[in-house]
Amino acid sequence: MAYTPHTSKEILEMLKAIGVSSIEELFNDIPDDIKKKAKDNFILPPPISEIDLINEIQNLAQKNKGEKFISFLGGGAYKHYIPSFVKLVAQFPNFYTSYTPYQPEISQGVLQAIFEYQSLICDLTQMDVANASLYEAGSGICEAALMGVRINGKKEVLVSEGLHPEYLETLYTYLEAQEINIVKIPLNKNGETDIDFLKEKISNKTSSVIIQNPNFFGVIEKELEEIEKITHQQDALLILSIYPISLGILKAPGEYNVDIVVGEGQSLGIPLGFGGPYLGILATKREYIRQMPGRIVGETRDINNRRGFVNTLQTREQHIRRAKATSNICTNEALSAIMAAVYMSLLGKKGIRKIAEICFSRAHYLKDLLNKEGFELTYPNSYNFNEFVLKTPIDSNIVIDFLKKKNIIGGIPIKRFYPEREKEILIAVTEMNSLNDIHFFITSLKEAINKN
Amino acid sequence: MNKEIPLIKDLHDDNRPTINLPDPLEDYLPEKILPEKLLREDIPIPQVSEPEVVRHFTNLSQRGYGVDTGFYPLGSCTMKYNPKINEEIASFSSFANLHPYTPEDLSQGSLEIIYKLGEYLSNITGMDKFTFQPSAGAHGELTALLIIKAYFKDKGEKRKIVLVPDSAHGTNPASATMAGFETIEIPSDERGLVNPNILAKYLNKDVAVLMLTNPNTLGLFEKDILKISQMVHETGALLYYDGANLNGIMGYARPGDMGFDAVHVNLHKTFSTPHGGGGPGAGPVGVKSFLKDYLPKPIVEFDGEKYYLNYDIKKSIGRIRTFHGNFLVLLKAYCYIRLLGSEGLKNVTEMAVLNANYLKERLKDLFHLPYPDLCKHEFVLSGKKQKEKGIKVLDIAKRLLDYGVHPPTIYFPLIVEEALMIEPTETETKNTLDQFVEILKAIIKESEENPNVLKSAPHSTPVGRLDEVHAAKILKVNWK
Repeated sequence: MAYTPHTSKEILEMLKAIGVSSIEELFNDIPDDIKKKAKDNFILPPPISEIDLINEIQNLAQKNKGEKFISFLGGGAYKHYIPSFVKLVAQFPNFYTSYTPYQPEISQGVLQAIFEYQSLICDLTQMDVANASLYEAGSGICEAALMGVRINGKKEVLVSEGLHPEYLETLYTYLEAQEINIVKIPLNKNGETDIDFLKEKISNKTSSVIIQNPNFFGVIEKELEEIEKITHQQDALLILSIYPISLGILKAPGEYNVDIVVGEGQSLGIPLGFGGPYLGILATKREYIRQMPGRIVGETRDINNRRGFVNTLQTREQHIRRAKATSNICTNEALSAIMAAVYMSLLGKKGIRKIAEICFSRAHYLKDLLNKEGFELTYPNSYNFNEFVLKTPIDSNIVIDFLKKKNIIGGIPIKRFYPEREKEILIAVTEMNSLNDIHFFITSLKEAINKN
Repeated sequence: MNKEIPLIKDLHDDNRPTINLPDPLEDYLPEKILPEKLLREDIPIPQVSEPEVVRHFTNLSQRGYGVDTGFYPLGSCTMKYNPKINEEIASFSSFANLHPYTPEDLSQGSLEIIYKLGEYLSNITGMDKFTFQPSAGAHGELTALLIIKAYFKDKGEKRKIVLVPDSAHGTNPASATMAGFETIEIPSDERGLVNPNILAKYLNKDVAVLMLTNPNTLGLFEKDILKISQMVHETGALLYYDGANLNGIMGYARPGDMGFDAVHVNLHKTFSTPHGGGGPGAGPVGVKSFLKDYLPKPIVEFDGEKYYLNYDIKKSIGRIRTFHGNFLVLLKAYCYIRLLGSEGLKNVTEMAVLNANYLKERLKDLFHLPYPDLCKHEFVLSGKKQKEKGIKVLDIAKRLLDYGVHPPTIYFPLIVEEALMIEPTETETKNTLDQFVEILKAIIKESEENPNVLKSAPHSTPVGRLDEVHAAKILKVNWK
């Protein structure tokens, strides 16, 4: 067997040393009934060689036709350029084949890289402290809401309907389990969180207000300053979900006095991968560090006073605190965090700004062309970053299906999440969409409408 | 080697270039379109040249240790070899660059892999249906506990207690809290096992579920599992399988046949996907058919012609995260299972158990062995003999670093004094195990002749023993 190196001679020697005569004897502690059932029912397809596996997988890969299409898909996951070195780092054996750095003296590489990741996230968001990663943004939002409840003991959260619908679904799953109430705040006609509604619903019972910026519909929440005031007046916490690349141009959460920042870090050099593994970003103010979930790397010194890094504040975590831990998270997304650190380091302040500007400018170029061609947007008076909602005169699925014939994935039909909204498509543009793609998209879109 | 590696920010210079990128469209720059109040001025991220960044992270990676570097007998973590072909396959563009919202007809390959992996894992564990949203073992535990909670709510029963043995992983009680349950710990008996007579005292109508890992964290098979299952089910409670130790029983026992109603599987342990310095992993959850209507949605289904996402799961607990789970991890596990088949996976378990028992036999005189029975994939030694002489297992662990070996898990499970939890895995040769024994012998000898060399270890690593108390005191968690 390929990954079990034992020779028959070695097996015999080892059995002898143990004092048993066969491998089967090593399983004498398992009741016969159980063994018999396993023997009779454990039947997988026969094993194949590496060569056959490659062939089988290539056949499956070809069925993922969408990967070759021009794509305007976004909605929380974005096709961004990944510099080659980011991909190489993910293959460094001492990074990807190591476990959680429980032995810091031989894990300084991982630990320093995570420390740098935490620092870069603080730089990007202008927050005080970041943890070493969570799974992704959906469960990350839940961890932030639960953290808020731990901080102020209140059991109601107000959530903007601009939050990604899958984050919202996840939030219901997590919060219901702890009997925390969710109140949804609708959007106004410009696609921004309705401030009047927020004012009406918020009270001193509110634990946190959760906003996404830019929100799921691509709209920039331009009244964050006002939302911050309203939230803090009621001693509630402001939780903001971010798209890290947008912070290349948009004001940082720390500048808005946000309390907890959560973000989907996929855009920082992590491949789309059909949805994962991604990277859950969580950052907060220093005063809340002890309520944070997950691992945190901190600086320290060794016995010779040299600088070193360790996992710190572990008394918050499940392996020490068990039922009273701040979260159950153990395995996180360390390798994704390292990739994000490498990505941010390679691009630097100039590169991150530039990527954001390319996304912004190309999206607005497309928006401009759509306007000129007479298309309507759902929120024509909103500000956007790189994503917006297009109104289609006919059912959005008909448009999407027509575009597929042109090898274009034209975006996400809003009705995927809101069945009553049948004629809208969420369109995202990144630096991976060339101007040619954009022109071809417009031409094909016109054709789709005219022919259907 | 032992020179401090500067922080990336120390290489910053504002005048350094960024990587080669196209220019934005001048007419559509943010400052021409957005109000000034929305824009940020400076992004205080360091600017470092590409060659310097490459050198920095390459040097950092050399200050590490992985399965590819050496022996990694970290108990309960199953640090087996990660086949390289899986990494290559996961980097295929058709998988790596596929957006999760790609229409179903254009993502049939990925959907098929998820579906088939569900079938394979069902067969391996004896379960009926899997969800792949859970991103790690603990996430799987939470998912399953929420399913169990929804099941009892549906039946109109309010059961609020989760039972776990005192040898359980810390994630078990932590997940129970997150799911809104209370945890009660059951003491293990002198065999290190759950004893039906003790269990009986804890079972009542308030108990929702007993969470077990079998083999348990001592590496021992719960021999009374069929009796335990019967008792648990007679009180109307359910039985949950923490799959962290599945590597010890494949081909010999299936959780479904032992009476478990729900399981999670750690693909990053048993199914060879790498741990990535702490993650990502994947913790898919499988359930018996009476629980499948509660699974998170959507679930990938096959209608005879095409694979599709089924959102029509009436009693679903809802989502547990975004998208379809850690797909690229699922893909690697799929490849591993295809390469090995049933016989190969059974062989994996056999060799893992052989290695563990062999190592246990060879080390039993050097340390105290609290549970001398046959073990499965791992075993636990106690350093209490050494502690009497003033040597802690921590000192032994740190000294192992000097010999180029990753230490076992120490101080866990909590029920063993000065625990050393050793899981060699099936991918190690006898030679490696023998060398490990010799190293431990040498260290024990040193502990008698020159204990200070242990107490001040490690000596050959880039940094010496690190002060964790100091770290918690100064709380310097970024470079600001």
